[in-house]
Amino acid sequence: MFEGFEGGRLPAAFMSAGTSSFTEFLSSVRPELLPGHNLPPGSGTEHLTPDATTIVALTFPGGVLVAGDRRATQGNVIANRDMDKVFRTDEFSAVAIAGSAGIGIELARLYQVELEHYEKMEGRSLSLEGKANKLAQMIRGNLGMAMQGFVVVPLLVGYDEGSDQGRVFSYDAVGGRYEEQRYHSIGSGSVFARGSIKKLYREDLDRTGAAKVALEALYDAADDDSATGGPDLHRKIFPLVDVITEDGHRRLPTEEVARLATEVVEGRAASPDGPTASLS
Amino acid sequence: MPFYVAPEQQMKDKADYARKGIARGRSAVVLQYEGGILMVADNVSRTLHKISELYDRIGFAAVGRYPEFENLRLMGVRFADVRGYQYDRRDVSGRQLANIYAQTLGTVFSESLKPWEVELVVAEVGDTPEEDEIYRITFDGSIVDEQGFVAVGGSSEHVSGVLKDRFVADAPLSAALNAATHALARENGEERELEAANLEVAVLERAREHRKFRRVHGRRLIRLLEEGKATGNPVSSGGGAGTTGEADE
Repeated sequence: MFEGFEGGRLPAAFMSAGTSSFTEFLSSVRPELLPGHNLPPGSGTEHLTPDATTIVALTFPGGVLVAGDRRATQGNVIANRDMDKVFRTDEFSAVAIAGSAGIGIELARLYQVELEHYEKMEGRSLSLEGKANKLAQMIRGNLGMAMQGFVVVPLLVGYDEGSDQGRVFSYDAVGGRYEEQRYHSIGSGSVFARGSIKKLYREDLDRTGAAKVALEALYDAADDDSATGGPDLHRKIFPLVDVITEDGHRRLPTEEVARLATEVVEGRAASPDGPTASLS
Repeated sequence: MPFYVAPEQQMKDKADYARKGIARGRSAVVLQYEGGILMVADNVSRTLHKISELYDRIGFAAVGRYPEFENLRLMGVRFADVRGYQYDRRDVSGRQLANIYAQTLGTVFSESLKPWEVELVVAEVGDTPEEDEIYRITFDGSIVDEQGFVAVGGSSEHVSGVLKDRFVADAPLSAALNAATHALARENGEERELEAANLEVAVLERAREHRKFRRVHGRRLIRLLEEGKATGNPVSSGGGAGTTGEADE
């Protein structure tokens, strides 16, 4: 009736006291379900999946915001215009991915189950540090694939209930974990986005202000990086913006993002390079 | 020295053993209310749960021996998470889980010397009250699809008898909680006073996003208990109390 359900029982691993980690459990009972399992050796395979591009994240008093553009590219071709690369992973955290889309989406999905699984098994959720370390281990598990060209670098944002603030963690392809202060950006357009945020960021931004800064930064990334998609007013495709505060995770409604993005685009009609920072 | 024991006798002995074990502990009830499904257990421990979350829409309530049903709970969580990851979150259903539990308990009952002294409820909240599912699974692997409410435990028949008189499918949460505690307090024909500290309460909230399961404790529980008492009571005799339970609010 069910896979692996023989003789009226699930395999013994299901009943053992064992681990609270879903990844560990899955690798013992159904390893073939793990992302990147059974990948044949060899290089030059990176053309098999498109690349996800730019992500920006910034903190504001009492929370954190993460936003991603919607484009996935495969060489010079736009593979997808309305991709979702920002994932709610639990009530107080979210992950956004850049790099090999096929692997990244699967990794984010697995990470989401991982956090929830731990919470259900143990009756309490992981600390934000614990979540950040767990993600580092999972990326390290992907190292073999990274060396074949399937590099995935996520950005983890979360609300730390202990210190009542938003925090941002970035990673490298081998699972190195770096906590970022105030703001960060990853992906192909990240250089331009980071430069943009640097000039617009202020300590006292509110949620809407932070969303505006993120949209300006994504616009700047799209302006100079061909792989990053800007707001598409005709097709009504706008960046995705997720906010995490003490009230939990919330994706800003499309209408609100549309309004802010339209403001940004209209602002650029007047001054194409966007708002300028004062010298004094 | 081996000697012959009739299979009927063997099964009867095992069933008696399991029933006795279950009767040593307190009961639990699961019932519909206007916003979803309410789960209430008589449990003094704040950490050794009798009620827990299996998946987005699915809750688990158990009575009997803790290590045995805890084992079953872990199994259910693992099964559901593997399923949901393999296919989609919508593809995990209460019926699947109830079946897995029934088969596991059935196998243990017929194959091992000692049956498991547990009784379980798997409840799934649907988009509408008509789609709610409540399954009761007993120690021998029997599975019953219950309508509206169910009680499990040693004196479940008595408890569900009391609950039946007060049960209203679309009652507000406080009234449903009042009906549940009223029934649990009359276990074994006794009449006790159940306070917030003795109760483990959780709801599967239909309107909630993502994961529907939510524990009710602390001040919210105390407030709901007081509200329930104020509007639902006093009822001296059980007969026809259903209408009183749903009054106002």
